[in-house]
Amino acid sequence: MARGGEKLTGAQALFRALELEGVDTVFGIPGGAILPAYDPLLESSIRHVLTRHEQGAGHAAEGYAHATGRVGVAMATSGPGGCNLVTPLADAMMDSIPLVAITGQVATAVVGNDAFQEAYMTGIAMPITKQTWMVTDANDVPRVVREAFHVASTGRPGPVLIDLPKDVLISDMRFEWQESVDLPGYRPTTRGSMKQVKAAVDLILRAERPVLYVGGGIVRSDASDELRRLAETGDLPVVTTLMGRGVFPDTHPLGLGMPGMHGNYTAVTAMQRADLLIAIGVRFDDRVTGNLAGFAPGAKVIHVDIDPAEIGKNRSVDVPIVGDARDVTAALARELAKLQEERGRPDHSAWLGTLRDWQERFPLRYRQEDGGPIKPQFVVERIYEATRGEATIVSGVGQHQMWASQFYRFTRPRQWINSGGLGTMGFAVPAALGAKVGRPDQRVVAIDGDGCFQMTAQELATSATESIPITVAILNNGYLGMVRQWQELFYGERYSQVHLTQDTPDFVKLAEAMGAVGLRAEDPGDVDAVLDKAMSITDRTVVIDFRVDPSENVFPMVPAGASNDDIILGPEGVRPVNDPAEAPVA
Amino acid sequence: MSLHTISVLVEDQPGVLTQVSSLFARRGFNIHSLAVGTTERPGLSRMTIVVEVTTKPLEQVTKQLNKLIHVIKVVELGETASVERELALVKVRTKPEQRFQVVELVEIFRGRIVDVAQATVTIEVSGPSAKIDALCELLEPYGLVEMVRTGRIALGRGERGIRDRDRLRAAKEPATA
Repeated sequence: MARGGEKLTGAQALFRALELEGVDTVFGIPGGAILPAYDPLLESSIRHVLTRHEQGAGHAAEGYAHATGRVGVAMATSGPGGCNLVTPLADAMMDSIPLVAITGQVATAVVGNDAFQEAYMTGIAMPITKQTWMVTDANDVPRVVREAFHVASTGRPGPVLIDLPKDVLISDMRFEWQESVDLPGYRPTTRGSMKQVKAAVDLILRAERPVLYVGGGIVRSDASDELRRLAETGDLPVVTTLMGRGVFPDTHPLGLGMPGMHGNYTAVTAMQRADLLIAIGVRFDDRVTGNLAGFAPGAKVIHVDIDPAEIGKNRSVDVPIVGDARDVTAALARELAKLQEERGRPDHSAWLGTLRDWQERFPLRYRQEDGGPIKPQFVVERIYEATRGEATIVSGVGQHQMWASQFYRFTRPRQWINSGGLGTMGFAVPAALGAKVGRPDQRVVAIDGDGCFQMTAQELATSATESIPITVAILNNGYLGMVRQWQELFYGERYSQVHLTQDTPDFVKLAEAMGAVGLRAEDPGDVDAVLDKAMSITDRTVVIDFRVDPSENVFPMVPAGASNDDIILGPEGVRPVNDPAEAPVA
Repeated sequence: MSLHTISVLVEDQPGVLTQVSSLFARRGFNIHSLAVGTTERPGLSRMTIVVEVTTKPLEQVTKQLNKLIHVIKVVELGETASVERELALVKVRTKPEQRFQVVELVEIFRGRIVDVAQATVTIEVSGPSAKIDALCELLEPYGLVEMVRTGRIALGRGERGIRDRDRLRAAKEPATA
């Protein structure tokens, strides 16, 4: 077929294709090999957010994708630029985030010659992406962009990488756009089998102690409404995993909150005692199941996932259903309603009564003394009040992440953005920036730790120069707190390389130097006033240094490798381990 | 642990061999042999992979293989339901007076002498892997100079080809419990 399209350069074709994909924002940093792509950017309708580090660009693109459900795009140059995207790509792979990374590459003539700023990006990214492409002919640019967005956003979403050698960006091509993609080996199943749906509903109708175990798959497929219909139709209590916080309202009577290593007693124990787990868009992660052999021993399992490889990977399944979570959840709700009309609605009042009793007897707890020090949980609760429960909350990884997930009450999907699978410290600030770009109508609050914050704090400058106002609440305990907690509990209080100090750096001055507003609270009595001040500022980024109690630990806790039955509710339940050989394996 | 033969139909794209082989490494499976070549269809290649695993991880690896964008189909070929062959070239040290004995052995195994030198002969032999193992064992006392094997290739028995087989679809879809 003769190419009859408009004559463009490879670089112009890239932006034309991105515009056709509906991209409105790209996060990135220019450099030598990607230079040609940054020139047509000046004529494009696409906004480019100039971050201070490529890792920041990658996490910002993830935050954008998390918050909007659209594909996030990050751009970097060859070599170090691409290498700095490795962590965000791995993060997006673990948390199924649609992300397209575009990297420059040295000219095809010198690929493989160890040229300046050359790295084998498609090879480096291969195990941490769904697919990579290196384009060697400029005419292929539109097709590869189309394929990349298709692969990133369909099936189980995930990251992809397009590597563009400099000569390909410069050379002339004929632009032709085709909506359809030809990938014979890639056909994700989206419609669940009706036979399996019926088998699942049959199990649901016979269950006495059912639990809906739902996670990130509900977010990715926008299935919250369908989930709510299913839960309410069958009177089914719901636990939401770390990746699924918000897909079912924490304020709903059937909402049990988060299960897992730091889940609340009721959510953890409901799964342990259940006779049926209806698992949708979850992957039986070790942080949820604890010791697999002791996990939910009496439960039959219905597992719904778009990725066949997740089904049966960790836990054997009674009714597997491969399909899109929304499609299957809707079918389950429909079929359940129909059969309940014929057979009557099962009475779960005894089970729900037990759960309510546990909720009353074993709530999440902490004690805030008037004279201080500030408890981190108290800060999260006050943030919840100050934002009227409406903010988008972004977190890093560690103690602050667990407290944020436990004590903020989430009511809508995409309200909670964090790094779950990879556990990437430093995720919060750049991801919050990306979330704010994607949802400028929302207040975006990063609840961060002092350790995490210092890994990517340079992106505060991005927020100032690009006018992306976010709120950053640092729960500053001066420690790599989760590691400190493990050393306290499992290494006989032998603290090794965890003390960062609360005073260095001075976060208020650092915020000011970065063009943000810096605030500090050192006494419980200051917390509300400082938050009010922060909430009154909407046009600039605000950083709040909350000096919190360094000795506070995250509870409940199921030590790694232990059974969920051995949940420790508070400090009084800890049996000290003084021999490091006995420490649980992380 | 047992040996399983997996046939993987792939698009002939750069990096696909790396993707497939690194998937085995990443999930901790030991590849016993791997043979790749073209097929009856331009643009498609076929890999025969012999892997040492137990059944449950094999199912996981099959599912993970199916997720690769350029993998079209994956089938496990059972021993009785398929024909399998391997080709070997074996260079054996032979004194002139021993050459007849070696030629006789090679004939029994329906192999061929493909090169003769002063003190060696090179043998071509094909068949199931066990047959090649057996011949090598018999040649061992003469002195093996060097040997190369292609790794196993296999096709399902009967009329249907890999692209018609339901088992493939089964692998793409959930395992029924």
